[in-house]
Amino acid sequence: MRNPQLNAEGELTHLLTLEGLPPEVIGRILDTAVPFVSIAERDVKKVPLLRGKTVFNLFFENSTRTRTTFEIAAKRLSADVINLNIGVSSTSKGETLLDTIDNLAAMNADMFVVRHAESGAPHLIAQHLSASGKSHIHVVNAGDGRHGHPTQGLLDLFTIRHYKRDFRALAVAIVGDVLHSRVARSLIHGLTTLGTAEVRVIGPKTLLPTAVESLGVRVFHRMQEGLCGCDVVVMLRLQNERMRGSLLPSAGEYFKHYGLTSEKLRLAKPDAIVMHPGPMNRGVEIDSAVADGSHSVILPQVTFGIAVRMAVMSILAGN
Amino acid sequence: MKIEIRSGRVVDPRQGVDREMSLYIDAGKVAALEEAPRGWRPDRVLDAKAMVVCPGLIDASARLREPGLEHKATLESEMAAALAGGVTGLACPPDTDPPLDEPGLVEMLKHRARSLNGAHVHPIGALTVGLKGETLTEMGELTEAGCVAFSQADAALGDTQVLLRALQYAATFGYPVWLRPQDAALSRGGVAHDGEVATRLGLPPIPSFAETIALDEIFELVRATGVRVHLARLSTHQGVARVRQAKKEGLPISCDVAIHHVHLCDIDIGWYDAHCHVVPPLRGTRDRAALRAGLADGTIDLICSDHAPVDDDAKQLPFAESEAGATGLELLLPLTLKWAQEERMPLSDALARITVAPARVLGLEAGHLALGTDADVCVFDPQAHWRVERGELKSQGKNTPFLGLELVGRVRWTLVAGHIVHER
Amino acid sequence: MIATLPDAETVLGRLADKMRDAIAFDAKLVGIYSGGAWLAERLARMLPGDHPVGYIDVSFYRDDYAVRGLRPNPATTALPFEVGASRIVLIDDVLYTGRSVRAAINELFDYGRPQAIELAVLIDRGGRELPIEAVYVGERLAVARDASIVLERRADGKLELTLEDAKDASRA
Repeated sequence: MRNPQLNAEGELTHLLTLEGLPPEVIGRILDTAVPFVSIAERDVKKVPLLRGKTVFNLFFENSTRTRTTFEIAAKRLSADVINLNIGVSSTSKGETLLDTIDNLAAMNADMFVVRHAESGAPHLIAQHLSASGKSHIHVVNAGDGRHGHPTQGLLDLFTIRHYKRDFRALAVAIVGDVLHSRVARSLIHGLTTLGTAEVRVIGPKTLLPTAVESLGVRVFHRMQEGLCGCDVVVMLRLQNERMRGSLLPSAGEYFKHYGLTSEKLRLAKPDAIVMHPGPMNRGVEIDSAVADGSHSVILPQVTFGIAVRMAVMSILAGN
Repeated sequence: MKIEIRSGRVVDPRQGVDREMSLYIDAGKVAALEEAPRGWRPDRVLDAKAMVVCPGLIDASARLREPGLEHKATLESEMAAALAGGVTGLACPPDTDPPLDEPGLVEMLKHRARSLNGAHVHPIGALTVGLKGETLTEMGELTEAGCVAFSQADAALGDTQVLLRALQYAATFGYPVWLRPQDAALSRGGVAHDGEVATRLGLPPIPSFAETIALDEIFELVRATGVRVHLARLSTHQGVARVRQAKKEGLPISCDVAIHHVHLCDIDIGWYDAHCHVVPPLRGTRDRAALRAGLADGTIDLICSDHAPVDDDAKQLPFAESEAGATGLELLLPLTLKWAQEERMPLSDALARITVAPARVLGLEAGHLALGTDADVCVFDPQAHWRVERGELKSQGKNTPFLGLELVGRVRWTLVAGHIVHER
Repeated sequence: MIATLPDAETVLGRLADKMRDAIAFDAKLVGIYSGGAWLAERLARMLPGDHPVGYIDVSFYRDDYAVRGLRPNPATTALPFEVGASRIVLIDDVLYTGRSVRAAINELFDYGRPQAIELAVLIDRGGRELPIEAVYVGERLAVARDASIVLERRADGKLELTLEDAKDASRA
């Protein structure tokens, strides 16, 4: 089965998932992001690469943060950006998902940035565009269900590479609700692709997916074991629904076992970095001392996020 | 009408027949085999040289979508599909709209089907009113109207006490009950087999034990009530093992597998192909192997298509939002032949799974070609290659995971009660 | 048609001679990656006075993005001085169509408003498609359309000119 992210020439034409992307492709995206970081420090933060192009932000699931970073990234590439919040159910107005896509494609769209509550939606869209003769429109997955959030994975990889250089020497721990986390899945794929020495997941059984080891990770249920000697600690957000879904008793108990405190962080390497995709629940997965402390690179992640998304969009739009 | 089916390879699993001979049909019945009746002057001769002549197929589960779901399919289109697939008798589940919980609805369905002069339709009635799992239906009236069994289709089995009462009631009168072994709570929200593939694709999972827990519960209730139960759509290797054990114990159970589970597993979902969204879900390779072994050793009695036409709009959605179901009436035969060929199974044994076995489970006097029986016959070319494409399918539902696949085996003629109802 | 290419080091010497007493005392040298960057580095050492050096990567300003996509691994533009009100000497290895220089000028203006920009190139091969001229030219050469002149830097730092097939002729 051909990789749906590559065009007939083998170039990246969509970014749907980090699975199956060769390390060279990931490396190229990270390398391309480097100059975009410094452009953010100029007065004129724009470059003319996507001038005349129209980027549609199609958010079928709300997210002001992610949508804003994509909007900033596209505008810094001089693209025209249209934001569409289609709400939870595209069929609520009687129009199917693909009908919406067809309508927007007819408005000379060049790129769709898609976030959807169901896994596989961006794949469906990419495949439909290809089948309807609109394969010049690029699709960027901004988060689909619990499947993937490739730009987040890439910015996490960029952050790790920025502070730690060589993945092959690193132990990276991902803590929290891996079961529901597209961020975790994408990061795991990226880390294993780049040859990370050890990728660990830490969480209670209720929050770890079946056969998670098959993704190439080592499973821990206790932070005290899982954090030992780690170079990177990635904390995942815990959503309130998890308590209601009887996966956990309470936020308090979760923090006790799986929250990151300065004390637990001492088990990691002295120069370990702490990451979080945001938004943070202080006192639930991470305490403020760590979030605001010297190990935290949570704010740089945001800056890198814009640069990485600029890199993704400029590579795709040029292919 | 006198019809001669000449020089075909007649395969009748029940009679143990498998040789070249001619079949003679008169007044809708099988009049003679091998030797023509005296003074035989046929109105029509079908040249069946190099073809296989077998009993018309009996599909134990095919949704016709009438009443109520005509935007998905109609009796006309699905009947045409059945006949094109060599299916002369089919059982349809009660999950129509409204469900088949009233004799009037069943009578109307049978009447409609009869007027189309197509395959025989054997409705399976709803076990509870509205399939809600609360109150029992009038099983006596429904049986009189033509229901051959009772089931909850894909709806939840209801609380255990209601289920117990329903089974006790059915057992009183000897009505068979068809049950889908799927625990509602454990499969809630799930769309794919709980394993590596679902984890990687981020699809809500249905664990194998949703099936085994349901099977254990059903077996206990069978022991308690003595009801005859047919287990609809096995999917796990643990399930096959349990059924094997239960049969050894002597429980009055039978079971089936859908043809797509015989061939596909969760890996085939690929990049979210919604045509692979079926219930129960496509499971792992080990499960598929066990299902095939179960068919071979008779643990699994029969294969059905689990035909469920779904309109394109309902499939062209993200996987978890798409409607489950695969169309299959026209593919049951070639896919069964494919399985037989892969397992080096004799043709007669393979055909038994889709003729005499479903007839037995449904309690029908059909699925064989003995003298004097209704001439429901399927004549197919076992060498004909064809490609599964939307244009080739007569069903209104084009939703099959086998799209694009090249299959071998195509029906040439289908006869129901001695009438040629399909000709290619 | 040229038979052999001139020695890059010699041409560089000639270029430095032309620039020596001509460029502003406070001129900043900005080299266009990658050939121009090497030249800027060398010229900063060869020319008297203190001329700050900057490097500019034009990947994000090229006009052929729609056709050729983004070049792999763009370098980071580094201009360690205030571009506004500066006198800049833009340095490139080969001046051909003029498109690279156009991109570099546009990019510089996104950093600030320079007082003046002069262009210095090692080789001017003619074939201009835009109204761009260099004030300081090492040498003028005529080259076939299907050929490309490339500046290379050997391991020991020595600069060399080579001729290549223009199948990848994007050096404008």
